[in-house]
Amino acid sequence: MTQIDSAFLIRFFRLASEQLEADRSYLCKLDGAIGDGDHGTSMALGFAAVVERLRRPLMPEPPTPDAILTEAAKAFLSEVGATVGPLYASAFLSGAKCLAAGPLETRQIGTLIRAFADGIRTRGKAETGDKTMLDVWYPAALAAENACGDGAALADILTAITEAATAGRDSTGPMIASRGRAARLNERSIGHIDPGAASAALILSVLPEVIL
Amino acid sequence: MQRFLNNPDDIVDETVAGFVRAHRDLVRLSPDNARVVVSQSAPQQGRVGIVTGGGSGHEPAFIGYTGRNLVDAVAVGELFSSPTAKSFHDAICAVDGGAGVAVLYGNYAGDNMNVKMARKMAKKDGIDVDTVVANDDVCSAPLAEREKRRGVAGEIFMWKIGGAKAASGASLPEVIGAAQKAIDNCRSIGVGLGPCTLPQVGHPNFEIEPGKMELGIGHHGEPGMRVEDLRTANEVADEMVKIVLDDHDLPDGTEVAVLVSGLGATPVNELYVLYDRIEQQIEARGLKVYRPFVGNYFTSLEMVGATLTVMALDDELKALLDHDAASPGLTT
Repeated sequence: MTQIDSAFLIRFFRLASEQLEADRSYLCKLDGAIGDGDHGTSMALGFAAVVERLRRPLMPEPPTPDAILTEAAKAFLSEVGATVGPLYASAFLSGAKCLAAGPLETRQIGTLIRAFADGIRTRGKAETGDKTMLDVWYPAALAAENACGDGAALADILTAITEAATAGRDSTGPMIASRGRAARLNERSIGHIDPGAASAALILSVLPEVIL
Repeated sequence: MQRFLNNPDDIVDETVAGFVRAHRDLVRLSPDNARVVVSQSAPQQGRVGIVTGGGSGHEPAFIGYTGRNLVDAVAVGELFSSPTAKSFHDAICAVDGGAGVAVLYGNYAGDNMNVKMARKMAKKDGIDVDTVVANDDVCSAPLAEREKRRGVAGEIFMWKIGGAKAASGASLPEVIGAAQKAIDNCRSIGVGLGPCTLPQVGHPNFEIEPGKMELGIGHHGEPGMRVEDLRTANEVADEMVKIVLDDHDLPDGTEVAVLVSGLGATPVNELYVLYDRIEQQIEARGLKVYRPFVGNYFTSLEMVGATLTVMALDDELKALLDHDAASPGLTT
């Protein structure tokens, strides 16, 4: 795919949904260690709800990319509570703004990833280093932007994203949680990978399959 | 521990279904949203609606305070997990009588975000929404950072006062003002003796060793101020009163409402053992207990332990506290 357009987004949500469903119990297990054990369920349910909505004829015809992301946000607000509901809803609304003027070139995927990250940060008031999903979203955005700026091939941009996401996920292990449910554990959260970071890495991991 | 369970994933839906059946004289399920419980008396034209919401597992909170002259609608979340923004929004819409809606809820990250988004959605519908965020849990942050404190059993007083004020025909700013005053006047502390387990997780989400107690524990097992050896009921009661009243500089002779709640698995008789000492200690500090409440008002699944909430009263709060109200969890 050369453009981040409606077809891109529909495919992205479908593949991400399948990935999250496949790794649902892994995410729940991570969350059970430092949270309430429902993160895998929340994420799988939220993305499944997005896919379901995109299947139904609710959208303006033909759906614009920003309309698809707005619909995705609505799905999260309707089906997912806790903190991930509003956080991902805000990510997608921020992404919708980013695509309001029309599709982006696929090479500019970092711009959309950054928009997602900004939406999450604005809603959750967390920063990188707080042991959250932002420790994946921001490094992935930066890696994509840098690779794109360096003139890297599309496949290499995607590799940079996946590597940064994995490293970001693993970086949350030694961190002390200061946001979200794990924050109540303070130093007891050390040694556990943040489930929100793990699900963010899973979402980003489908990009090569979406694009190539 | 052995439990009464079908599929753990259905526990919230089944709880709500049974609750609505059992209390159909007072409450009903929203026809639009199976996670919104609405008072049989709401909405009322020209009257401010009272909404709250929060995670399940705290029964009778939150749903149990839906009723007459109390909470008009409750957004129901998963166990220990905030309701969706849509559920808060649907609850707001269900009780809007044209005079605005007061959302009175506890200070937790998920609830803050979901209420904020629901409020934005309601604004688009032309519904005037304002909020009060409960932050009565003394041990969850220093007094200087009260805005960081969590909301616990003081929320019940906040709902009672807000609901009574709305019933008197007050405007939205007046209802918000009264509910804010109620929670500002509340201080709470929890003491945990044993942990609780989310059925889907299957293991306790924290531990309290035998012979120990956690002073200042939160409503989901948030770490307390300190872990100590478990002492006699009287000594624990003394410590709870001290922590709560030391945080609240009340003039001699102040009248207070007192709420002692079990956390789920503590026998009610032990709550009375605590209360006997608590009232004596409060009065020994020069305060006067105007109205006590003792029982399982705000629980945390099967946590062993108890909470103490003290609300300082003035004439307005006394009248609103005594105002006629009926709900499954509280009747005055």
